[in-house]
Amino acid sequence: MKVLVPVKRVLDYNVKPRVKADGTGVDLANVKMSMNPFDEIAVEEAIRLKDKGVTEIVVVSIGEQKSQETLRTALAMGADRAILVVSETKVEPLGVAKILAKIVEEEKPDLVILGKQAIDDDMNATGQMLAGLLGWSQGTFASKVELSEGKATVTREVDGGLETVALTLPAIITADLRLNEPRYASLPNIMKARKKPMETIAPADLGVDVSPRLTTLTVSEPPTRKAGVKVGSVAELVDKLRNEAKVI
Amino acid sequence: MTALVLLDHEAGLIKQASRSAVTAAARLGEVHVLVAGLGIDAVAEAAAGIAGVSRVLKADAALYDKPLAEPLAALLVSLAGGYDHILAGSTATGKNVLPRAAALLDVQPISDIVEIVDADTFVRPIYAGNALATVKSSDSKKLITVRAANFDAAPAEGGSADIQAVAVPESPTLSSFVSAELSKSERPELASARVVVSGGRGMQNGENFKLIEPIADSLGAAIGASRAAVDAGYVPNDYQVGQTGKIVAPDLYVAIGISGAIQHLAGMKDSKVIVAINKDAEAPIFQVADYGIVADLFTVLPELATALQKAG
Repeated sequence: MKVLVPVKRVLDYNVKPRVKADGTGVDLANVKMSMNPFDEIAVEEAIRLKDKGVTEIVVVSIGEQKSQETLRTALAMGADRAILVVSETKVEPLGVAKILAKIVEEEKPDLVILGKQAIDDDMNATGQMLAGLLGWSQGTFASKVELSEGKATVTREVDGGLETVALTLPAIITADLRLNEPRYASLPNIMKARKKPMETIAPADLGVDVSPRLTTLTVSEPPTRKAGVKVGSVAELVDKLRNEAKVI
Repeated sequence: MTALVLLDHEAGLIKQASRSAVTAAARLGEVHVLVAGLGIDAVAEAAAGIAGVSRVLKADAALYDKPLAEPLAALLVSLAGGYDHILAGSTATGKNVLPRAAALLDVQPISDIVEIVDADTFVRPIYAGNALATVKSSDSKKLITVRAANFDAAPAEGGSADIQAVAVPESPTLSSFVSAELSKSERPELASARVVVSGGRGMQNGENFKLIEPIADSLGAAIGASRAAVDAGYVPNDYQVGQTGKIVAPDLYVAIGISGAIQHLAGMKDSKVIVAINKDAEAPIFQVADYGIVADLFTVLPELATALQKAG
């Protein structure tokens, strides 16, 4: 069984994003970039499924040349081969889903595991859109995945708790936080990953139109809260909540 | 212009987040709503009563018994022709279904909007709410999920819409419902509660969350948690407040033993009044809190419970 895992290079989750003064976006110059944390979980899940019938893991990234680093990280974790679709301009989830659909046509995986959302644009859309384009079943926000003959059983994190669905393969799964704890790549595996195959292609090679549908007019700082006061006692807190803030 | 809102319902009740989506839709034009399910006459009646709704589309069929993405997206697509805007609340179902329908319509969805500028232009948070992007869509239809905390829910009563049954489009069975484990609670729903009391890693274990209960009872509050507390297994996943959990904006948010990672702040910093209780005076939560107590929560919580009971 073959699994495809798309990964995205994003601002590291520990770095506080800074809005550029000209309002055109978030400053990504000279800041640490990493694999989107949800995508790391997706890669890890694919690797764990290797004992359970998965024979090959292909990772794919769509983005600038530097996304090679992100793919190498996935290879060092345990993926087998990588495809980079180079685009120096931002591709929206719809365009990403169209590119991935083409790659799926060529690679014919039985399963695609994605992170549920990228922590830069927070769209939470690509997996669902890919499932729609392919006409495949989808199990989003997964916290548990089990494979059996022709089927994936996925436990999903939903508003009221957990829900389990059975998906007919081929299927799309999107990973939530508690699906697993991704491993760190060991040094020998990082060395080995350098020799694993990586193919580079352009969106045009796939015949996909990825022109954006959304224009970002401005990016601004959200209104900031000011730190308030420290109170000395519970009695003072209750008094302030009642008589000053008037919320109780 | 007419907008269609997919209503999310559970156990016969329409979610408040869906009524927030109705409010957003009303700013764009006339509002029709879609209810899908099995044996949903009462839900359709309730939908017809929501203020501002002019028509209810009812899809009553066995394949909608559980809110599976594949048939629901196909249903939305079959109805999309008559609408410029299709919206849903940012609930688990809304987030699951809307992007799939958008792809089928060749539309780039606009997730989690917090403000409507005009019929094509919307404001949405990015980078866990550390930035706000104003985006203009060139798609002929807009598919939108709405962050409930930023739009008041449309009143559940006051409307008198007509109810129309709609044809059920063919949809291959790709997935099936197996089971659900849903938390049962007498407390208000976390996403829409007026007061939320949340515990973090500082609670040390699940048993200690009992210390929060009398406080939540006195305040009529929902109980939430940070990701750290959920990951550690103190409470179930549906308690999580944050970037990837629930986004809340109550009148009062009480953060207990929560340090205030940006992912947590993303889920609660629009609360009107924030109280932080933490023994670490340097914890980032104090930078957003209106009132802070630097003390051991195990001393503060019983005192607070007593003070609120007396005051109550």
